Amino acid sequence: MAVMQAGSGAPRPRTRLLEDERWLALFLLMPTLILLALFIAYPFAKGILLSVTNTRVGVPGEYVGLAIFEKVWNDGIFREAAWNTILYTAITTVFKLALGLWLALLLNRHFRGKAFIRAFILLPFIIPTVLSTFAWKWMFDPTFSVLNWLLREVGLIDQRINWLGDPDLAMGCIIAVNVWRGVPFFAITLLAGLQTISPELHEAAAIDGANARQRFIHVTWPLLLPVTMVVVLFSVIQTFADFQLVYVLTEGGPANATHLFATYAYQIGVRTGLLSEGAAISLAMFPVLFLVVIFQLLYIRRVETR
Amino acid sequence: MIEGAKWRRWVYFYIPLAGFLIWLLFPFYWMMITTVRPDGELYRPWNAPNYTPFWTNNPTFEHISYLFTETLFATWLWNTMVIALAATAISLVCGVFAGYALSRLKFPFAGSLGTMIFVTYLVPQTLLFIPLADIIRNFRIGDSPWALILTYPTFLIPFCTWLMMGYFKAIPKELEECARIDGASRWQAMVYIILPVAVPGILSAGIFAFTLSWNEFIYALVFLSSPQEKTVPVGVVSELIRGDVFFWGPLMAGALLGSIPVAIAYSFFVEHYVSGLTGSVKG
Repeated sequence: MAVMQAGSGAPRPRTRLLEDERWLALFLLMPTLILLALFIAYPFAKGILLSVTNTRVGVPGEYVGLAIFEKVWNDGIFREAAWNTILYTAITTVFKLALGLWLALLLNRHFRGKAFIRAFILLPFIIPTVLSTFAWKWMFDPTFSVLNWLLREVGLIDQRINWLGDPDLAMGCIIAVNVWRGVPFFAITLLAGLQTISPELHEAAAIDGANARQRFIHVTWPLLLPVTMVVVLFSVIQTFADFQLVYVLTEGGPANATHLFATYAYQIGVRTGLLSEGAAISLAMFPVLFLVVIFQLLYIRRVETR
Repeated sequence: MIEGAKWRRWVYFYIPLAGFLIWLLFPFYWMMITTVRPDGELYRPWNAPNYTPFWTNNPTFEHISYLFTETLFATWLWNTMVIALAATAISLVCGVFAGYALSRLKFPFAGSLGTMIFVTYLVPQTLLFIPLADIIRNFRIGDSPWALILTYPTFLIPFCTWLMMGYFKAIPKELEECARIDGASRWQAMVYIILPVAVPGILSAGIFAFTLSWNEFIYALVFLSSPQEKTVPVGVVSELIRGDVFFWGPLMAGALLGSIPVAIAYSFFVEHYVSGLTGSVKG
């Protein structure tokens, strides 16, 4: 056996060192720690430093304390972006959870071609978001929209709808596309959760006289809750920090009405070159993300120790 | 299956499922049909009497050939492929190593290191892209594939580690102990005994990491500037839109062709992808 041959012979000092659990652990963790320190911890510290100076592209900044944060806080567009982000996260999460759960319950039945359909359903989640969002943008085109054509054929409209040109409607479109992209993720992960629930529990409840709705509320839902919590928290983080969708669909327009934290940070930090303001706007996401992470850590620990 | 009359099955099952399928897949159909539609048909207003949305009688490959002759699309595809494969490889090595150490070895601070890696799993790219762009410039790797190959692992490694920890924990300790009694070193036991058993987990992590790197946008958008260095998502956005003019034919062709490599990789490893996806949230 190859292992035996390699194992015989005098061990070199290096291999002897790796026999020690602590040295082996250090060796194995080193590449990860270096990469995470260089490209997560360091930029995080640098972001905080940037936001307490007044740096622009090509102009090294000076220390200005919290002046940048104060400026950002008093910026009307920033406040609108903050409000948009909260609204966007809340509404899409509710819809993704409801529709995803519905789809998971449909897929949890036995029918022909199930594996095939499940594979296709994940496509919106697999295909690069920017590319699929372009398909939506084309469908929302003011002049050539297939959705307008459809609504007219059905007889609902005779004036065109300018989907992305109206602030409220544009926000609605962004929410719809995010839900479209997120439902497969919710459905497939919740389906995995559903499959761990023993059918015997349902049978027992049915024998005790519970109808389908009661069985869902008293058997399925409590058992599905741990998976649901984790999926929701993941999704909240991703949605809260979303960039691609808005960047492609509206670039924050019309008239800055659909900015999120990330798109506004890009607009100010990269397009305009105000690095400090951009970094500060990005960092404004941090408190909320931090709370979600803490909540998630506590929740996972509670589930694990149960 | 559903109890009761046949109509109930239609109302509660077939119709909703069909609705979901149409809704989730129509944009891809729309991408395909737009790709092969000639310009003359493409730019018919929504209320034109001859608007034929769902079919075209004159399929054309002009948009696809435009993509390959007038733009650097082939280069972008190649760049994306190289970056995605390299970032995936780095992340897999790091993730497998770290996952093994955290789930199998006893050492000081193991718990807090595990928590730390889990927390970085939840750091979104949009939180750090501005300072990171500055760092990339200082390291003189801006506008090169290295800018992405080295930064993508930061959001891939935590996921890979997390997933591999789950796999390693499920492998019985006795397997390793047998090999150690037979004279294998710790390193050999890991490489020759444990890793082969964990191959399904490695495949899951790999396919997941590959699709995530193909999907990544904001780092590629901010760190790369020359057209010949760009990845597919960024190239399509920045080179096929001139001012307010959208080249919809080539855009949709680019979106379609840019999705195909991911779709192919996914189709080969659907089961692994799904188990990676569900493993990623189980904790």
